[in-house]
Amino acid sequence: MRIALPLAFAVSLCAAAYGEDTSAALPPKTSSWSFNGVTGTYDRGALQRGFQVYKEVCSACHSLNLVSFNDLSAPGGPGFSAAQAKAIAAGYKIPAEPNDKGETMDPNGTRLTRAGILADHFPPPFPNEQAARASNGGALPPDLSLIEKARAGGPDYVYSILTGFAHKPPKGFKLMSGKYYNPYFPGRNISMPPPLTDGSVSFADGTPNKVAQEAHDVVTFLAWASEPKLEERHRTGFAVIAFLLLFSGLLFLAYRKIWKDQH
Amino acid sequence: MAGQSTYVPGSGLSRWFDKRLPIMRLMHDTMTTFPTPRNLNIWYTFGGILTFCLAVQIVTGVVLAMHYVPNADLAFNSVEGRIMREVNYGWLIRYIHSNGASMFFFAVYIHMFRGLYYGSYKAPREIIWILGVLIYLLMMGTAFFGYVLPWGQMSFWGATVITSLFSAIDQVIPNLGTAITTWLWGGFAVDDATLNRFFSLHYLLPFAIAAVVGLHIWALHVPGNNNPLGIDVKGPQDTVPFHPYYTVKDAFYLSLFVILFAVFVFYAPDFFGNPDNSTPANPLVTPPDIVPEWYLLPFYAMLRSVPQKLIGVLVLVGALVSLVFIPWLDTSKVRSCRFRPLMKQLFWVFALDCVMLGYVGSQSADAALHLAGIDMPLVWLARVGTLYYYAFFWLLMPLIGKIEKSKALPESIAKSVLGARGEHS
Repeated sequence: MRIALPLAFAVSLCAAAYGEDTSAALPPKTSSWSFNGVTGTYDRGALQRGFQVYKEVCSACHSLNLVSFNDLSAPGGPGFSAAQAKAIAAGYKIPAEPNDKGETMDPNGTRLTRAGILADHFPPPFPNEQAARASNGGALPPDLSLIEKARAGGPDYVYSILTGFAHKPPKGFKLMSGKYYNPYFPGRNISMPPPLTDGSVSFADGTPNKVAQEAHDVVTFLAWASEPKLEERHRTGFAVIAFLLLFSGLLFLAYRKIWKDQH
Repeated sequence: MAGQSTYVPGSGLSRWFDKRLPIMRLMHDTMTTFPTPRNLNIWYTFGGILTFCLAVQIVTGVVLAMHYVPNADLAFNSVEGRIMREVNYGWLIRYIHSNGASMFFFAVYIHMFRGLYYGSYKAPREIIWILGVLIYLLMMGTAFFGYVLPWGQMSFWGATVITSLFSAIDQVIPNLGTAITTWLWGGFAVDDATLNRFFSLHYLLPFAIAAVVGLHIWALHVPGNNNPLGIDVKGPQDTVPFHPYYTVKDAFYLSLFVILFAVFVFYAPDFFGNPDNSTPANPLVTPPDIVPEWYLLPFYAMLRSVPQKLIGVLVLVGALVSLVFIPWLDTSKVRSCRFRPLMKQLFWVFALDCVMLGYVGSQSADAALHLAGIDMPLVWLARVGTLYYYAFFWLLMPLIGKIEKSKALPESIAKSVLGARGEHS
């Protein structure tokens, strides 16, 4: 995915040579992320702030189905304590299981709910796809659990989309009704309204809340949501490869010794 | 070289066992004393590497199957939600398995090109080669079925495209192709029934591969290994016992291979993947470009190079079937390209041709190269490449063998090795 990027870039350069296609997406802006590279880890502060952005902004329309509250305090994650994760979970209302009488609705026909627990996953904002589309002008806000693995360009792409609304459409560009101009989106007509503005979120740690910062933090959070085992993977890989190098060295010496008298 | 057994049971128990089930004798004769040409180079270590790959895929696959759910509604989440997040080291096992498929094909391509270059398919090794082609075909089937299982967008649409190839038969016998496709799907579209049978076949085929690998190695142990010189072993001075000489050499190169493998698993696990497969399968949304995994791309390019579907399918199938006939298409008496100046060049052109076809297969169908002011539609590159692919086997191989003036062959392996002092690889 990270390697596909230069390739996609080269291809789009070729495409650009063909003529001005104002509906083709721009290549994503490349940024350096704390989780890139062999020793990459997630920036804890960015993860916690990014969680706040997801919770206060994105989660109004986007689900995060594969992530559980328990994950928030798991190693390699945002680094909340178990008690904090529990408190976060308790702040969510989850559709309740049938009660002793087998009811899931109260007498007024309202769905019974209970407080979330660690084992629960983030509840989706809409009960089904149709409800999601009905609330979003016919467009379906994608689940964000794997969004950064599901888009070429990964975190760079998501960051570019979130910060790309500042661009003005070029002269003669046809913006469809109910859509917004975003040059990083295929076709450049995106259904999502600009989600972040300066000050959308007041960060608990006092970090300045400009759009670029909010986008950076939520991209880090979503990168973790897509690859929650990245830190463990990077660490394990280091040990595995160090061992293999040593082992190969020993094998090479054995190989040399055994073959010494054969030529 | 399937000579007299030199196995001597060491103890009373092994003597008792040897009389009843001489499995220790078999191991001893095939893996310890087996006389092996002393000049095998690095490219000959890939046989052992491939055996390792098969074992890794089976072991990791068996574990993944314990957690995977072959159901169209649950499959995606069982992989991305359970295996990747909740199963202990599930991410590691899955990344080994998914990257292992690519490493397996990488190794098999080197193994096949090595066989082509050194003429390992020629008498008396035709059956070894044909069994190898069979393994390759089984591998492609297994990989295809496996790619469908995570039930992402590319899984679903890849399965749709490949199974729909059978509908081309409609152009010969109306409705037969459609009937076959429906039968393959177990319904009127790729769906739950398709996923279930693909899972069953994905679990079955590796054991078929293991069986054919057994035959492949058995057949190898009758004439023994070919070697980079392509000349026959003339006596014991030309060989060394397999153990410890080739066990240690294979182990060393295998270890290097595993390092490469680990780099992908730990630091670029999605390198060979497609972003679209991280989106759950959706029959109502077609991805802009449907591309198979990299190891099938050259054949995909051949398929798309023909505008007529049935002929395209025949070109694709023919490209694979051609491999079976190579032992008889090559008319040269000399095995190794080291002594075939003309064939050596054509071989490298062929290798480049395969890479180029792979590149074209990875691009969208209407892509073009913009070179020196000329638009070159890639489909024409694919056509030229396909033509050369066929010409290489069906025209050049028979012809060059007749007209080529090969270089003088060395007298023996031993002389050749001792002549080039200090060089063994």
